[in-house]
Amino acid sequence: MTLRTFGFNEFGFLLQALQWTIVLTVIALIGGGLLGFAVALARTSRTKAVRIAAGTYIQVIQGIPVLMILFLSYYGLSLAGLELPPLIASGASMTIYASGYLAEIWRGCIQAVPKQQWEASESLAMTRLQQYRYVILPQAVRISLPPTVGFAVQVVKNTSITSIIGFVELARAGQLINNATFQPFRVFIAVAVLYFVVCYPLSQLSRWLERRLHAGSNR
Amino acid sequence: MSYTFQFGVLAQYQDEILNGIWLTIKLSVLSILLGSAAGVVLASIRSVKGGAARFLVDAYVEIIRNTPFLVQLFIVYFGLPGVGLRVGADTAALIGMTINLAAYSTEIIRAGIEAVHKSQIEAGEALGFTRFQIYRHVIIVPAIAKVYPALCSQFVLMMLASSICSAISTHELAASAAFVESQTYRSFEVYIVVTLIYLALALALRACLALVGMWLFGRRVARRTMTSLPEVQA
Repeated sequence: MTLRTFGFNEFGFLLQALQWTIVLTVIALIGGGLLGFAVALARTSRTKAVRIAAGTYIQVIQGIPVLMILFLSYYGLSLAGLELPPLIASGASMTIYASGYLAEIWRGCIQAVPKQQWEASESLAMTRLQQYRYVILPQAVRISLPPTVGFAVQVVKNTSITSIIGFVELARAGQLINNATFQPFRVFIAVAVLYFVVCYPLSQLSRWLERRLHAGSNR
Repeated sequence: MSYTFQFGVLAQYQDEILNGIWLTIKLSVLSILLGSAAGVVLASIRSVKGGAARFLVDAYVEIIRNTPFLVQLFIVYFGLPGVGLRVGADTAALIGMTINLAAYSTEIIRAGIEAVHKSQIEAGEALGFTRFQIYRHVIIVPAIAKVYPALCSQFVLMMLASSICSAISTHELAASAAFVESQTYRSFEVYIVVTLIYLALALALRACLALVGMWLFGRRVARRTMTSLPEVQA
C-alpha cells in the first residue's frame, strides 16, 4: 500500500471543508448577532437588575474558554436527551460565544452615540422604541461596522475549535488529510493559507471602514 | 430528562485537576512574559520607518492574526518535526502561545506608539534628551501605559485560549478535564467545574495584572485594567 500524498484531490477536500467553516461562521454571526443585540439592549436598559444580568452574562462568556462553551453545550444538549449532530452543537456554542462579545461591542457603540441625541429625541416626545429605531440605532450601526467586521475574523478563526468535538470543518479536514498523508507541514500550511485568504480581506475591510468612519471626525 | 448530578466523584481527581491548573498557569505566565517582551521589541523595530524589518514585522503580525491558534499549534507540534525540529507537547504549546501573543502584543503596542504625539518627541529633543532617553521616557513607557488595559485583555484571552493546547496533548487544565471525564463519564459535572475554574483564573489573572499595572504605571491605569473587557482587535 502506498501512502497518499498531498495533491489536488486533497486540496479539493480542504476547499469543501472550508465551506463548512463559512457556514458555521454565518450561523454564529446571525445567531450571535440576534442574541448579542438583545443582550446589548439589556445592557443599556433603564432597569438596574436587567443591566446587571446582561453584564454578568457578558463577563461570564468572556471569562471562559470557547472550548468549554463547546463541551458544555455538546454534553449539556445530549444530557437533555437530544442526540444532536456536531453541526448543531457547534453552531449553538459558536452562537453563545459570539453573542457575549458582540453584545459588549454593540453596547459600546450604543453608548458612543452622544447623550444629546437621547435628550433631543426625548424632547420630541418619542417613545423609547422610537428613539432606538429612528435616532440611536442608525448612528450606532455606523460606529459598529468596523469592530463587528473585525470580530467576524475572530469567529472564522475560532470555528477551528469545533474540530475538537469532531465537526469536519477546515482544521479537522487538515487533520484527517494529515493522518492519511503524513505530510503535516505541507498540509497545515495549506490549511493556514486558506484561513488567511478568508480572514485577511475581512481584517483589511475592517481597517478601511475604521479609517472611513474617522475620516470626517478627526479634523 | 432524569439526570442526577454527582459532583462527589470528582473529589478523588483533585490532584489531576490541580496539576492541570498548575500547567495552565505556568504556560500563561511564561507566554505573557515572553510574548509581551517580544511585542515591545517588534513594535520598536516596526516604529523605525522604511526598510525590510518593518515589512517583515508587519507580515508576521498579519499572518499570525489572520490564522487560527489551533492551526498554528498544529504547525509547531506536527509540522516542525518534519523539518527536523522535534519538540514536546508542553514546549510546542509554549512556543505556539508565545508566537501568537507576540503578534497581538506587537499590534497593540504599535497603536500605543503611534498615539504618542510628535510634539512630545520635539519637547524631549528641546530638553536635550538623547535618542535613547526619548525612546525610553517619551515613547515606549507612555505608549505601554496607554495600551496596558488592552494588552491585559489580550493576556486573559491567551490564558483562556491555552485550553486549545489540549488538542496537541498538552496536559493542561482542559486536558485534565477530558481525562477525568474519560475516567468517570461525568462529562457535564467535570466541564461545569472546570469552566468555573477558568472563570476564577480569568478574574484572578486580571486582578494580578491590575496590581502589576498599579506598580508600573500608577492607580489610573490599574483601574482601567480592572474594568476593561477584552477588546476585539480589528
